[in-house]
Amino acid sequence: MNIVVCVKQVPDTATERKLRSDDKTLDRDAADGVINELCEYAVEEALLLKEAHGGEVTVLTMGPSKATDTIRKALAMGADKAVHLVDDALHGSDALSTSYAMAQTLKTIGFDVVILGSESTDARTGLLAAMLAERLGVPQLTQANKVDIDGTAIAIQRLTDYGHDKVEASLPAVVSVVEKINEPRYPSFKGIMAAKKKPVQTLGIAEAGIDASQVGLAGAWSEVVDFAAAPPRAAGTIVTDQGDGGTGAAEFLASKKFI
Amino acid sequence: MAEILVLVEQLDGDVKKVTLELLALARSLGSPSAVWAGPGYSAEAKAKLAGHGADKIYVADAAEIADHVVAPKAELLAQLVASAAPAAVLVAATAEGKEVAGRLAVKTGSGVITDAVGLGEGFVADQSIFGGGVNVHSRVTKGTPIVAVRPNSTAPVAEAGAGAEEQVSVALSDAARAARIVERVKQDKGARPELAEAAVVVSGGRGVGSAENFALIERLADSLGGAVGASRAATDAGWYPHQFQVGQTGKTVSPQLYIAAGISGAIQHRAGMQTAKTIVAINKDPEAPIFELADYGVVGDLFKVVPQLTDEIEKRK
Repeated sequence: MNIVVCVKQVPDTATERKLRSDDKTLDRDAADGVINELCEYAVEEALLLKEAHGGEVTVLTMGPSKATDTIRKALAMGADKAVHLVDDALHGSDALSTSYAMAQTLKTIGFDVVILGSESTDARTGLLAAMLAERLGVPQLTQANKVDIDGTAIAIQRLTDYGHDKVEASLPAVVSVVEKINEPRYPSFKGIMAAKKKPVQTLGIAEAGIDASQVGLAGAWSEVVDFAAAPPRAAGTIVTDQGDGGTGAAEFLASKKFI
Repeated sequence: MAEILVLVEQLDGDVKKVTLELLALARSLGSPSAVWAGPGYSAEAKAKLAGHGADKIYVADAAEIADHVVAPKAELLAQLVASAAPAAVLVAATAEGKEVAGRLAVKTGSGVITDAVGLGEGFVADQSIFGGGVNVHSRVTKGTPIVAVRPNSTAPVAEAGAGAEEQVSVALSDAARAARIVERVKQDKGARPELAEAAVVVSGGRGVGSAENFALIERLADSLGGAVGASRAATDAGWYPHQFQVGQTGKTVSPQLYIAAGISGAIQHRAGMQTAKTIVAINKDPEAPIFELADYGVVGDLFKVVPQLTDEIEKRK
């Protein structure tokens, strides 16, 4: 089985994340890049599927050169090889352009199942998996907290607001996984060393069949008009409980008409 | 006035509050048309939608729309975008709403904006990003603006619209039928509102200490008619089910009132609740970062403060 797991490098949440003042895109130099946490669950699920059904796990990343750190992390966990879609023309791509570029690349490299995390911790749009399913014309099996494959049949549990749906389809398919579907493994020392020797193929847009006019800042379907640091919240009233802390809080709620 | 499509969110035929909020938003910018997708349409649903501003209601109540994941709703909306040429399409910024928006954007060649917390002239959206640290204005520049709006971004307005019904049939493509929903498993949540759209959320964190102690959090939530949330520390410890996690990798909530008990307020948690209108924090550590956000904070033992607060609320009812 040809399993492709999409991973994204995101700015570390623990550092200060910024937009660039010049073109209003994410400032990728201002913060440390780390693998998007939800992508780790996707990598783990890809590895579990390979262990159960055989095949190969390919890591696919779109991002600048420094995203190789994130690729190495996924390879160290146990993925077999990687494809890095990297091109200056991709800078500033929005969700639509990104899904277009990723879909073109997936068509180029081929897949039986594509696995993603349900969203990234930076943009948090949660759009990519659904957009890829639409563009590739394959079943959308998203928000999964359980994935089962049997031959070409695939079934997932899709988390919903009311519980979950049991969903069935046939491969090829796009799967997105939610947090806690599994426990992502830590790369072993052996895994980290082995990752350095695993093949990473670099693709530019032309090689991936991507039309330059459909990607990047100029190709985007949406724009940031302006942005500003959020004003700090007005300082609140902080009291130390002297035995009447709960009553005081109730007073406050009453003053705000919550009770 | 410009027609604005609003995709109705409903469960078993009950229209969700977020849909009424979207109708209010659409009414402030044009003429709202509600789009009903799936079975369960009724006179009650019509009354509720028309009573909250829907001038038109497109009814596509074929059962098969609900039998497949997301794609049928996107095909229905794409069909309406082509036939009605609306000024914009609004959906709720739930996981599924955003997926519908994504597929619709691809189908119609339109830009999409997610997690708007406000929407103004020219469909310029307000977004709060990076865990609430940055406020952004953004807009769609190509096609029909598609905007996914967070629950609780505005209040529903009980103002009647014309409510003209129009039956719509949609011929689903094979691709839209590819992912089949074979069973729906509903969890009994009792009387509590859904976390994402609750007006009041009470969350417990590491300080709650055990699964049993979450009864205190539930009692406080119930006294306010609110939903229960939990920090990642609490869900990771197995004290409360994971689907109630509020934070960067869990649910994002934007309620009128958020009460955090025993939660320190790490950035990952704040990313999920920072747009709450009023924040109350109870924590024994005076240095906890949650107090930087709190409109009202009590430094103290939650096992004393929370029950006292609950009793006082019950007394005042």
